[in-house]
Order: sequence, then structure tokens, then C-alpha cells
Amino acid sequence: MAFKNSIAWYYFSSPKNFYPMAGRLIPWFWALSITLLVVGLYMGFFVAPTDYKQGESYRIIFIHVPAAWMSMLIYLVMAGYAIIGLAWKLRMAEMMASALAPTGAMFTFLALWTGAFWGKPTWGTYWVWDARLTSELILLFLYIGYISLQSAIDDPRRAARASALLAIVGVINLPVIYWSVTWWNTLHQGASVSPGMEPKMASDMLTAMMVMTFAFWTYTIAVVLMRVRRTVLERENQTSWVKALVGAPKEKSSEGEKQ
Amino acid sequence: MKTRHKRMAFILVGLAGLAVAAGLVLNALNSNLALYISPSDVKAGNMPKGTAFRLGGMVVEGSLKRQDDGLTVYFDVSDNVETVTVTYTGILPDLFKEGTGVVTQGKMTDGLFRASEVLAKHDENYMSPEVAEMLEKGEKANQAAAAAAKASY
Repeated sequence: MAFKNSIAWYYFSSPKNFYPMAGRLIPWFWALSITLLVVGLYMGFFVAPTDYKQGESYRIIFIHVPAAWMSMLIYLVMAGYAIIGLAWKLRMAEMMASALAPTGAMFTFLALWTGAFWGKPTWGTYWVWDARLTSELILLFLYIGYISLQSAIDDPRRAARASALLAIVGVINLPVIYWSVTWWNTLHQGASVSPGMEPKMASDMLTAMMVMTFAFWTYTIAVVLMRVRRTVLERENQTSWVKALVGAPKEKSSEGEKQ
Repeated sequence: MKTRHKRMAFILVGLAGLAVAAGLVLNALNSNLALYISPSDVKAGNMPKGTAFRLGGMVVEGSLKRQDDGLTVYFDVSDNVETVTVTYTGILPDLFKEGTGVVTQGKMTDGLFRASEVLAKHDENYMSPEVAEMLEKGEKANQAAAAAAKASY
């Protein structure tokens, strides 16, 4: 069993085998994501009850909390791929890490933005420099730094190595974000949902939030696979299989010019 | 295979070193990372003197007093040990209520905290008004039962 798995792992670590597999998966993840998004938004806006204290403005959590979770999870996965890319020098892992970054940055921004809009009516301010908000902002800067560093170096292998180091160092920020509300006095409230604890939230609210989380999750997989397929074509454009895939119609047209 | 393991070990040792460094830095910065200080800290004098700082705690039930101008308020902030009286002129956030958390920024003058900003601190509980009402009723019933039990002794 383990032997079989390791074979599959090596098989799909080759861009040539990964590319068609990703292509087959993408439509499924899109379909799942859109379905979950429709169900989650419907539940969030029409099924989940009004909050006893905040009224309707709390409904931003159906976007805010899943986005904040995704911002941290994507960074963790990205750093994981960065480590694999560094240690095993796997091109596919390097490409996956760089494909995850823009989506992670987008979710971080979404979490900060929706948080600001929730903070104004609830706390009375858009922004406060407490540990939770500041560390989440640092996460956004880490993503932006990672993307910039990668695009600043022309050689893709060197770019991947340098940015992988940055991604790995930045992992330190994740526990700080996660536990900031318990370690220090913050304006941001503690976690309503955390492992090994009874959720401090009405069950309809929790269900809607979890559905939205899976919607964001499947969206991320779909969009990252699309992005990584493009990167594969760019970085592997010297190989015969990519040439056969994209070069074929071009050769035909050049033949046509000759005639 | 050997070099891969070596590289992996290198990364892991590096990460462990970073984690220790970050832990030490965060520990050293501990007091600066706190957004606010408690009334106990204020009473003990552990606060920046002469400059503005943030005070956080619970608004004491029944302590909110509004002046005739309709904008100036007085209320007590407590951490269940010490209490500091706060005055503020301006519009309070919607969630500001007696018995809930608050973070205020201002200066301490003559034992009175003059706030320039008042922020409501929200807690992690989300529920429908019906459930909240039920919980409150249950709480009251419990208290009545406890009182009755005491009276019967």
C-alpha cells in the first residue's frame, strides 16, 4: 500500500503527468466550489438567525472567518511545498508553492477588508493595531514579499529557492496570528470555533460558515491548479511534450507560410 | 537520498532556531504587544505616565451616567479586582453596553481616566435573540433557585 502510494507520488511529481491530471480535476473542483458557495451564501443570508447583539452585521463572518482561515492554511501549504521543493528539488513542488501565493494574498486581503467593515459598526473603528490585526497584516506583506521576490529573479530555479526560504521563515507568523488573541490583550475577540472545544455559535451559523469554508477550499484548489498548469507550460516549454502540446498548431501555420 | 535528508535536516534545524528566536523576541515584546492594560495595572501604577494609553475591562453594571449635554458620559471599568472611572465626550459605539467589554484610549488625570476614544470589545459568542433570551431566563431562574436555597437554610 505504502509502496503503491509512493509510486503515485513520484508519478505526479513529474510535470508531464501532473498537467493532464490537474486538467481533469479542475472542472470538478469548480462545480463543487460554485455549488457550495451558493448553498453557503443562501444559508448565511437566509437560514442563519440574526445575532442577539450585533444584529445583521455579524453576517460578514460567513466570508471573513473562512477567508482568514484560508489565508493561514494556504500559507502553511505553500511553506510545505517550499520545504519539499528545497529539500527534494522537485520542480512541481516549487511551482505549486508559487501558484498558491496569489490566492493566499487575496484571501488575506479579503479577511482584512471584511474585518474592517465589520469593525466599524461593532468596535467603533476600522482598524486598531492589536496583535491579531497586525500579525494578519504582516501575513499579507509576507505574501506580497514572496510574490515580488519570485518575480525579481529571472532564473526560475533560483527564484524558487530564494522565495522558498522567505516562505519558510514566515511560518513563524502563523502561530502568532492563531494564538494572538489568547497570548495578549487584543480588541479582536477569541476564537468561537477551535479544535477540541464546543463552538460558541448557533449551529445554523456554524454550518453556513463551514460550507463557506469548503467553498473557499475547493475554489482555491481549482484556481491554483489552473495557475500551476500555466506555470508548467511556461517553465517546461523546452520539453518535447509541451512542444507537442502547444507547438503543433504553430508549426502547421509556419508550414503554411512556406508554401 | 543522503543529500536530500541532509537538506531536510538543515531546514528543520533552521526552523527550530527561528522558532526559538521568535519566541524570545515575542516574550521580550510582551508588554508592548498588549493592546490595553487593566484597571489593576493602573491602580498599581504600571502605566505610561503623562502620555495616553489604552485601558480595557468590563463596564460595571449600573455605572453609566450621562450628563445633561447628552454626549458626556461617565462609567466605571473593572477587571473584577480594581475599578477605574472613565469619562468620555462623544458617540459611543453601538455595542457599548453595561456588563460588556470595552477598550478606551486616554489619559489619567486626578484619578479620572479621560478617554479620547471608546471601542466596544465583542466576545466570541454568536447566537439568535431567542436563544439569548432563553439563556438569560435560565440564568435568572438559577439565581432565584440559589436565593431560595440560601433562604431555606
